[in-house]
Amino acid sequence: MTPFTSITSVAAALPEANIDTDKILAAQYLKTISRAGLGSKLFSSMRYDAEGAERPGFILNRDGWRGAGILIALENFGCGSSREHAPWALLDFGIRVIVAPSFADIFYNNCFNNGILPIILDRAQVDQLIVDSRELTSATLSIDLPSQTVTRANGVAWTFDIDPDRKQALLEGRDDIAAALAQDEAITRWEEESALIAPAIAGIGAV
Amino acid sequence: MNAGPRTIFQKIWDAHAVASAGGDNSLLYIDRHLVNEVTSPQAFEGLRAAGRAVRRPEKTIAVADHNVPTEHRDRPIAEQESRIQVETLERNVAEFGIPYVPLQSRAQGIVHVIGPDLGLTLPGLTIVCGDSHTSTHGAFGALAFGIGTSEVEHVLATQTLRQSPARNMLVRVEGALAPGVTAKDLILAIIGRIGTGGATGHVIEYAGAAIEALDMAGRMTVCNMSIEAGARAGLIAPDETTFRYLEGRPLVPSGEDFERAKRIWLDLQSDLGAHYDREVVIDAAQVAPMVTWGTSPEAVTTIDGRVPDAEAASAPEKQQQMRRMLDYMGLEPGTPVAGLSIDVVFIGSCTNSRIEDLRAAAAMVRGRRVADGVRALVVPGSGMVKAEAEAEGLDAVFRDAGFEWRQAGCSMCLGMNPDRLRPGERCASTSNRNFEGRQGPGGRTHLMSPAMAAAAAIAGCITDIRTF
Repeated sequence: MTPFTSITSVAAALPEANIDTDKILAAQYLKTISRAGLGSKLFSSMRYDAEGAERPGFILNRDGWRGAGILIALENFGCGSSREHAPWALLDFGIRVIVAPSFADIFYNNCFNNGILPIILDRAQVDQLIVDSRELTSATLSIDLPSQTVTRANGVAWTFDIDPDRKQALLEGRDDIAAALAQDEAITRWEEESALIAPAIAGIGAV
Repeated sequence: MNAGPRTIFQKIWDAHAVASAGGDNSLLYIDRHLVNEVTSPQAFEGLRAAGRAVRRPEKTIAVADHNVPTEHRDRPIAEQESRIQVETLERNVAEFGIPYVPLQSRAQGIVHVIGPDLGLTLPGLTIVCGDSHTSTHGAFGALAFGIGTSEVEHVLATQTLRQSPARNMLVRVEGALAPGVTAKDLILAIIGRIGTGGATGHVIEYAGAAIEALDMAGRMTVCNMSIEAGARAGLIAPDETTFRYLEGRPLVPSGEDFERAKRIWLDLQSDLGAHYDREVVIDAAQVAPMVTWGTSPEAVTTIDGRVPDAEAASAPEKQQQMRRMLDYMGLEPGTPVAGLSIDVVFIGSCTNSRIEDLRAAAAMVRGRRVADGVRALVVPGSGMVKAEAEAEGLDAVFRDAGFEWRQAGCSMCLGMNPDRLRPGERCASTSNRNFEGRQGPGGRTHLMSPAMAAAAAIAGCITDIRTF
């Protein structure tokens, strides 16, 4: 996984609750067998019209925000389908941080597994960041994971909470699978003991 | 280990916590891993790149469902990208030794339909799949949830998953559902009440007389859409209804083993005095047939309701969102939901494609004709459901009425196969999501029960089955 430490970038706001993963990456783009190249399909229905031309009003189509590395969103961002193609598309576009009052659970996990930092702030703070993001003079944010701070263009810094283990994993770019495989003894012991208690959970067998 | 009286969720969690995974997190053992063609290619690629094997292929099962066409199964898949995705799955399962249900098998179908069909979904198990509707399997008292592709790779390699603890939410549905009101109406009403993010961070346990009265198909419909309320999982304690459904299925233990398993499964129910972080009580008698009007499952009303007015919303951004929904859906505020004319009817999906759903739909259709200009599809959830329906003559009922009778797959629930809405088409659908473009770019989805969708096909418009 790509490590994450800090970023200073323009932030783009999508001030809408319940943005689902179908909207982040539509189903017709899920037919890939690769993780790469989905950035151009990100938010396709909001970003492009039916003919494939850019909608000039959409924030990521506006000069100054095209290279945004930080996204500001509202409640329940990433709800719906579990598709990891959504964070792959965000990452491919260049988004490394998403700030919102809340996230859907599966999407939240998927972000961490791809080196994207999802930050939960109070709604009032998110509203302030949305206002900041409207003018390029105030749209730049600095996010620092070691100190868990979001610093606005005017120098005001806010702290955010994060699970300490998640934080460590992001800073290291940790391979979670290697970490779990190191627990092989405990996993094997569980398998042996459970086989004695509950025969019903044995293997699936031939279908 | 959770101390004191425990919920069914905590019992399953405790039984599967293999080791601590830093802080409050646990490494959770996974008993069943269901794999599909869309969310697995990159996971297998990751295994190959790291030189890793699949730890327990015998606890894994793979099937193609999202991409597969629902007609002409004897021919190769015409869309190249879909064909490549299915072929990639076939290569991967062969290389890693994973049991696979081929497209030509009678058992093939939507992964969340074939799990229960085959009896590989059992109470007390942990079940995961790279698909958010894995919550379906919670109907059996299993802890079942959707995961991303990185997690699919993690489970393939380790048979475990790193999980943070969830909060417990109880949804108690008291009383009895009225005639014509189904499990689908109930879950839509629950989502309308708590909102699409209402259960975020929680596992929902459904209980109460109205839940106990549901058959397994109804319980699966309810648990299936838990994710539409933001829940990590939804589950229902196993009881005699569960055991009756399970007994005799191909992969369910039999004889003495089944009796022993039943005793273990009965102990799963939540202890008296178990703590819930949140409780919601629903009066089943108050639930009416439900229909969504917007592009989020929480945008729902009763069949006698009207399309709401955006101006009535509390915050400016909510008003804007509602206006956008109404604009996308092509609806005027104040329009009665009943009477909205429709172009397409879709009966299928992991929410409502089981034999019970098809029987309920057929009961509305028998001896009638699909309205002129309406395209109507019935897509059984699995080959086994299809065969059972055909043995009962339901295929003839649908065909005689002018429905298309298709082969099993996800079909028009999502725009990944040839079954899609065209821009602007309005669809009465038994699926689970009415998101913008979900059934095809520009398509307009109204979610409802199988009986309601069938009645809409006959009437040519959304209609109240209680007076149909």
